[in-house]
Amino acid sequence: MEAVDHSHWSLLLGRLWWDAIPTEPIVLATFVVVALGGAALLAGLTYFKLWGYLWKEWFTSVDHKKIGIMYMVLGLVMFLRGFADAVMMRIQQSIAFNGNEGYLNAHHYDQIFTAHGVIMIFFVAMPFVTGLMNYIVPLQIGARDVSFPFLNNFSFWMTTAGAVLVMMSLFVGEFAQTGWLAYPPLSNFAYSPWVGVDYYIWALQIAGVGTLLSGVNLIATIVKMRAPGMTMMRMPIFTWTSLCTNVLIVAAFPVLTAVMTMLTVDRYLGFNFFTNDFGGSPMMYVNLIWIWGHPEVYILILPLFGVFSEVTSTFCGKRLFGYSSMVYATLVITILSYLVWLHHFFTMGSGASVNSFFGITTMVISIPTGAKLFNWLFTMYRGRIRYELPMMWTVAFMLTFVVGGMTGVLLAVPPADFVLHNSLFLIAHFHNVIIGGVLFGIFAAINYWWPKAFGFKLNEFWGKVSFWLWIPGFWFAFMPLYILGLMGVTRRMRVFDDPSLQPFFIVAAFGAFLVALGIAAMLVQFAVSIWKREELKDETGDPWDGRTLEWSTSSPPPEYNFAFTPIVHDIDAWDDMKRCGVQRPTSGFRPIHMPKGTGAGAILAGLSLVLGFAMIWYIWWLAALSFAGVIGYAIAHTFNYKRDYHIPVETVIETEAARDRQLAAAGA
Amino acid sequence: MRSPESPPSPRLLSALARVPVARTAAALALTGALSACNSVVLDPAGDVAQQQGDLVVISTVLMLLIIVPVMALTIFFAWRYRASNKEATYEPDWDHSTQLELVIWAAPLLIIICLGALTWVATHLLDPYRTIGRIDAQTAVAHDAEPLEVEVVALDWKWLFIYPQQGIATVNELVLPTNRPLQFKITSSSVMNSFYVPAMAGQIYAMPGMETRLHAVMNETGDFVGLSANYSGAGFSNMRFATHSVTGADFTRWADGVKAGGKDSAGTLDRATYLQLEKPSEKNPVARYASVDADLYGAILDMCVEPGKMCMSEMMAIDARGGLGKAGIRNVEMLAYDKYGRRASAEANANPDAAARRELAWVRALCKQEPGKAPENTVKAPASLRSLTGAGLSAPQSVAFDQNDDAPARPLLISRN
Repeated sequence: MEAVDHSHWSLLLGRLWWDAIPTEPIVLATFVVVALGGAALLAGLTYFKLWGYLWKEWFTSVDHKKIGIMYMVLGLVMFLRGFADAVMMRIQQSIAFNGNEGYLNAHHYDQIFTAHGVIMIFFVAMPFVTGLMNYIVPLQIGARDVSFPFLNNFSFWMTTAGAVLVMMSLFVGEFAQTGWLAYPPLSNFAYSPWVGVDYYIWALQIAGVGTLLSGVNLIATIVKMRAPGMTMMRMPIFTWTSLCTNVLIVAAFPVLTAVMTMLTVDRYLGFNFFTNDFGGSPMMYVNLIWIWGHPEVYILILPLFGVFSEVTSTFCGKRLFGYSSMVYATLVITILSYLVWLHHFFTMGSGASVNSFFGITTMVISIPTGAKLFNWLFTMYRGRIRYELPMMWTVAFMLTFVVGGMTGVLLAVPPADFVLHNSLFLIAHFHNVIIGGVLFGIFAAINYWWPKAFGFKLNEFWGKVSFWLWIPGFWFAFMPLYILGLMGVTRRMRVFDDPSLQPFFIVAAFGAFLVALGIAAMLVQFAVSIWKREELKDETGDPWDGRTLEWSTSSPPPEYNFAFTPIVHDIDAWDDMKRCGVQRPTSGFRPIHMPKGTGAGAILAGLSLVLGFAMIWYIWWLAALSFAGVIGYAIAHTFNYKRDYHIPVETVIETEAARDRQLAAAGA
Repeated sequence: MRSPESPPSPRLLSALARVPVARTAAALALTGALSACNSVVLDPAGDVAQQQGDLVVISTVLMLLIIVPVMALTIFFAWRYRASNKEATYEPDWDHSTQLELVIWAAPLLIIICLGALTWVATHLLDPYRTIGRIDAQTAVAHDAEPLEVEVVALDWKWLFIYPQQGIATVNELVLPTNRPLQFKITSSSVMNSFYVPAMAGQIYAMPGMETRLHAVMNETGDFVGLSANYSGAGFSNMRFATHSVTGADFTRWADGVKAGGKDSAGTLDRATYLQLEKPSEKNPVARYASVDADLYGAILDMCVEPGKMCMSEMMAIDARGGLGKAGIRNVEMLAYDKYGRRASAEANANPDAAARRELAWVRALCKQEPGKAPENTVKAPASLRSLTGAGLSAPQSVAFDQNDDAPARPLLISRN
């Protein structure tokens, strides 16, 4: 272990000094590539004079659709980073045998697996899920925007600020070497004295503010802004699962904030919440972090359950089987997700009765989840299944997820967990449900709603290439991990003794290689689709014969979503309208009251980013200044009364007339 | 010993796993590749790990009862109701069936009821804090069997094993006699680790200032791997130790050899040696200590190996009496363990301050404590398993209990204090 002395501190720069620039060749090379790429991007934006456009039309926009798209872009960019980490780990683990140390030292490797986990959960899955909910929910409930449009913009930028901090840690200082949940005492000051854990804390705290506020926003939106006639039991399933997810967010994220705050005061002020000495209890941290952490996995998966429900129903051309059973299953999962956290640490020495209780509550969750699966199954039964890309991902999900679910229930049996806990079996299990559930769901959703967001479908050939690379890639990458777990191999290992394990890691690396090709194919799919967007154009706004309200408006929807608020009579409102032959209104338009864009969200998040950076590096004067800035600007913003405007009736008439012409041309 | 009168009882856990159908299905489920490779989890060398491995198999089979039909139905429906198949019935408005709803909620429920019952029983029987009741499926633990005690300390980044009965200690080498109950007391010096010998029994965390327990037995001789299963910092990957399972006679011979010392011996493990050993290091070679300070393990657990440190138990005793008020502030340095705790105390030791020593003596006199005595929290194997069994069901693991035992039946669920 290298003993680098990082105790330097100065008034002006805090702990920041030349030794903060990493000297590892791999990091340096990455830095050069990123710096060149970033410079090229910035130069390009400047050359094509896009800054003004981006700032006015996107960064300061409070339109839920644009914010949704920005969330998806953030998720995609961070996904590439998180996947690069995964590939580095797979390569390291497939070569580090027989005394070979591999190509990553412990300091670097331990940061990679920590960053991989943090990025994939907080800055990939969360932005993807939040982005989807942001884009789709208001459209599905017939609203013109979310309840608090400015808050929405602010939430997005706070999430982005957290992501920027994580990315900075790659080149300035270090990231945590603790595993993605940063258990103390290892994550406490005594054993992780430099900036790694501080980057972790501040990135999560800043992004956490964004997540919490967007949760509040979407709950208010769903509860208060549904179209007339849309009772709770007529809400689309995706909206239902979004509601439950946001309730989970609002109830769970404060716990994360609190536990991070406790770790912060431990590290910064010498408190003893989680130290070994003075009555601190690291076990309390483990409990608290999982009281947030377990609901978090349901926060991620529930909206995707909603996506699968929408997709199955649409592509089977059939009403969803067991709508109310689906709703109750979602509610049961929401409640039960709070009663299972201890299953993440059966091995901490709780009594047999406590362990049994949490084991059994965990198993009970599989009942509503199983019911959901059957509901999708019986939606397919006597349907007319069109195998477009979203439906392909859905069937792949159903077959993949049951395996992950089964191994999950297996791990819920405490004595079985004693032999499989922290093993690669566990790793395979949660990748099985997160990739097979969340990620496949995201891919289904992107393929499903892309035409709505951009007005053209995604290229099917490259989508299928990507699909057929992803599916075998996934199984190649994670089947060996299940087997290795049963061979007693633990997670987070950098080097191995037993050469008989190596073939399994090579197969897993091959799987990761296939997945890499799958991701590349997906990027090609996006590029080709944008290139050939005229051929793939969707004139009708309803390319899949959809059933819910978002398909009743144009693709992309006008800024105001709906010229007239729709009236809902059935669960599948748009399908119902189509059957009843509801005509588009062509007259009687009025000016539409809309929220106005503001740069306050981006500015506040920027100041928070500076605050986080200053706190990480102990630059106290800058921290004080930026904190005062955040508070001051937030107060100043409350005096901004120019928050809304009316879209003139002429514009509405013109937009709707254009839509009529488009529909007529499409022969609808 | 099993008494002749005792009824032949199917042992719930292991018996199910030995049903040929279950075995075959499990083998299929866990893929052909698995049977070819060395799966220590499913085929370990110790009875506890064997029962845990069997439980993995049984649970998997139980769940496959529902998973396999679901997967088959998914594929069948996906194919049957494809849009191009105009033969298939199409009912766009069919969205409810009370009977089907009942089935889809009840079928998983039934499986979970079975699995839940299994979980409840198995979790209690295989509680790592519980002394073992049987050596293997056929042999009960003899009444006079003396368990081998091993005190395990996870250090940065190696393992220390203290054998209090033998008065010896080893680093990165665990030697165990077969067919003798093993009792591990586990703690850590700095951060959280997890003590795991896959061939012997499931893991349990090793945490500083706290003690966890593990009871197990080895049934086969051989060389196995032990490891830390919880990430603990830079040297974590190399925190592996050799585990040798040997016959009782060989174990005695080995322990005597270590005790005799010799040129390969590391000598005595006293507090000073321990403080050197405790410093972070990686890939430590095996070391064998011919003797150990009797109170060393207790001091490690109490976080007061270093001279000049107040033991946690002493502080707790002071606190239990309402603390010392302002006077207690002087104790802070003596209590600091993380952070600069070691540095500060090293300085204090280098410059012994008479006042500080007086203070310490005063505190010690204030509360007559026995440092290093962790509360006894082992759960004894039950004398009767009556409360675990329902009407007409025979007791799981009942071979392990002497039916002639006239000790009164105690309630099974002894709470941990």
